[in-house]
Amino acid sequence: MKRRTLLASGAAAATMATLGMPARAQDKTKVGFVYVGPTGDGGWTYEHDQARQKMEAHFDGAVETVFVESVPEGPDAERVMTQMVLAGADLIFTTSFGYMDPTLNVAAKFPDVKFEHATGFKRADNVSTYSARFYEGRAVQGHIAGSMTKTNKIGYIGSVPIPEVIRGINSAYLHAKKVNPDVEFKVIWIFEWLNPAKEADAATTLIEQGCDVILQHTDSTAPQAAAQEAGNVITFGQASDMAEYAPSPRVSSIIDNWTPYYIARTQAVIDGTWTSVDTWDGISTGMVEIGEITETVPAEIKAQAEALRDSIADGSYEPFTGPINKQDGSAWLGDGETADDGTLAGMNFYVEGITGDIPQ
Amino acid sequence: MLTLEKRPNPSKGWTLATPVLAVIFTMIVGGILFAALGKNPFETIRTIFVDPLFSEFAYYYRPQLLVKGAPLVLIAIGLSFGFRAGVWNIGAEGQYIMGALFGAGVGLALYPMESWIVFPLMVIAGAIGGILWAMIPGILKIKFGTNEILVSLMLVYVAEQLLASMALGAMRNPEGMGFPGSRNLSQYPSAANLEIFANSGMHWGVVAALIAVIFAYITLARHMFGFQVRLSGQSPRAAAFAGVNPKALVLICLGISGGLAGLAGMFEVAGPAGQVSIDFNVGYGFTAIIVAFLGRLHPIGILLAGGLMALTYIGGEIAQSTLGLPGAAIQLLQGMLLFFLLAVDVLTNYRLKFGQGELA
Repeated sequence: MKRRTLLASGAAAATMATLGMPARAQDKTKVGFVYVGPTGDGGWTYEHDQARQKMEAHFDGAVETVFVESVPEGPDAERVMTQMVLAGADLIFTTSFGYMDPTLNVAAKFPDVKFEHATGFKRADNVSTYSARFYEGRAVQGHIAGSMTKTNKIGYIGSVPIPEVIRGINSAYLHAKKVNPDVEFKVIWIFEWLNPAKEADAATTLIEQGCDVILQHTDSTAPQAAAQEAGNVITFGQASDMAEYAPSPRVSSIIDNWTPYYIARTQAVIDGTWTSVDTWDGISTGMVEIGEITETVPAEIKAQAEALRDSIADGSYEPFTGPINKQDGSAWLGDGETADDGTLAGMNFYVEGITGDIPQ
Repeated sequence: MLTLEKRPNPSKGWTLATPVLAVIFTMIVGGILFAALGKNPFETIRTIFVDPLFSEFAYYYRPQLLVKGAPLVLIAIGLSFGFRAGVWNIGAEGQYIMGALFGAGVGLALYPMESWIVFPLMVIAGAIGGILWAMIPGILKIKFGTNEILVSLMLVYVAEQLLASMALGAMRNPEGMGFPGSRNLSQYPSAANLEIFANSGMHWGVVAALIAVIFAYITLARHMFGFQVRLSGQSPRAAAFAGVNPKALVLICLGISGGLAGLAGMFEVAGPAGQVSIDFNVGYGFTAIIVAFLGRLHPIGILLAGGLMALTYIGGEIAQSTLGLPGAAIQLLQGMLLFFLLAVDVLTNYRLKFGQGELA
């Protein structure tokens, strides 16, 4: 049973007819964006909004974009999406994992409107999913982190314990361990994507525990600021370049570049060729970029990191290549074996060597 | 010269007029703010305060006002008892979470049993959850003289941790592919808090809020307990002479506010939100404090204030997506409402005198 089934009532059906009209009648294609944080977060939402602006500029007046920021993941998100549809949106990007069920609920009511949900796994005829292989970038980060740490303790600020985040931790750990067998990971979960105060607290706690490298899977620059204050700690820009903290503490970054995807999907709606797809791109297509490695990193390590990046880009190396055991010691991947996408998509275990438990 | 002269008794007229005045001031200063942001102030104010009620798509927004306003009113009514008696429960957000967890816990434990008894049991459990959580600051206060403001506020953060733990552990959906979050209660017919009439927005939480308003009105105006509450707030000494037991009053006031907040959480988790998730709570418990004061701690006032607050949320979202107004500007507007109310409140207790005040 679906709640608030607008379609069920005749009144709503009549509205559907009128609602389709303005969108078709006008020349401009209208594209909506639902953001989980403010556009000024300097990270995740900032990059989505940059891509929105570039996409709109690319179409030079043929496309109108609208957005709503800091939308809670729940019934409020449903209302914001519905409101965008009522205002004539043809395509809506919902840019956080927690919008998954709300997106599907709204999409079911408006079959003529296309939806794109970032980082989820549920699709429908008018709902696509898209995400980036952030874990490829994490491999490069892990390499630099493992090479640079002097205390052999690396701090990791986890956001929400879903496979996307766990993949990142595993990938970073495996590549740090490869260059530094003594390396140890400390993970703090804050259970939110964006909370500058909690992010700063987590970073400070990790630094006090002796970590001299901080990795984050959260959206704000607060950990960067905390590291800068502490001194002698290095960090990596997350989702966005966070270049204002370069050359130190920020020594490199993972940049999410959504622009080509947003342009392609909007073009598909304009052309009438849009279909529901599952996109999962990485370094090779440029959806994941590695931000400039600064001079804080010795030239030799920088060259290795760049070589690692290039080998992932050309497909000659997979970040999850066996032999890899799970945390409990059981075998996961045999020698030379690579992980399949299905396992990666649902990854809910740490690899061998990481201490602590995934919250559950 | 303007001077302030204390009134012997608070002015009845100004008590009613100040909330209206606060809204008008908010609109004026908000309009200036929007103009400074480069938006047409009249269009923006109309979009926020009028469009949700009387625009082309008002048929969708009006029910949403009930969905958004009901938890605010339900919680604020509960808080108003304590606030009148000088018992400051600031932790309604935590009681809201505990009500949701208790209610959802019963629903999930009985899943997939279909019976009419499921929903009533969840309602009772939700109220109990909120009451129990509110009893902690209550008992600590009467036994050890702790400050209920601090204890109830701190317990919000404890409840949030418990919520995350439940969403990731005990209440996690076993068919959720390892992702956080419980089963969707709104898709479990016996537990779902659905709309009573299709597309009306009228779910059981709305009904409960209306009943609470009536109940509070009668209690405060006609019942001995209401008299004791009012007397304790105005003059604790007089209340003691009148035979009011201050300890019992603390527990009863906290119990009422906790119970109603718990109910609000339970109705939300079984209806609009649908599931226990890490970020289930979106601040209703805190916003309800503004609603309670904006409504002058009077049941009818709270009903109107809850509606107004819901209006600014929904209108604010419309203004964001149609006019490109930043989300923070809406939050500023909501903050201004309380700010101006407190500022103009001075007129309730003081009278303005023109001319030189008498020298002391």
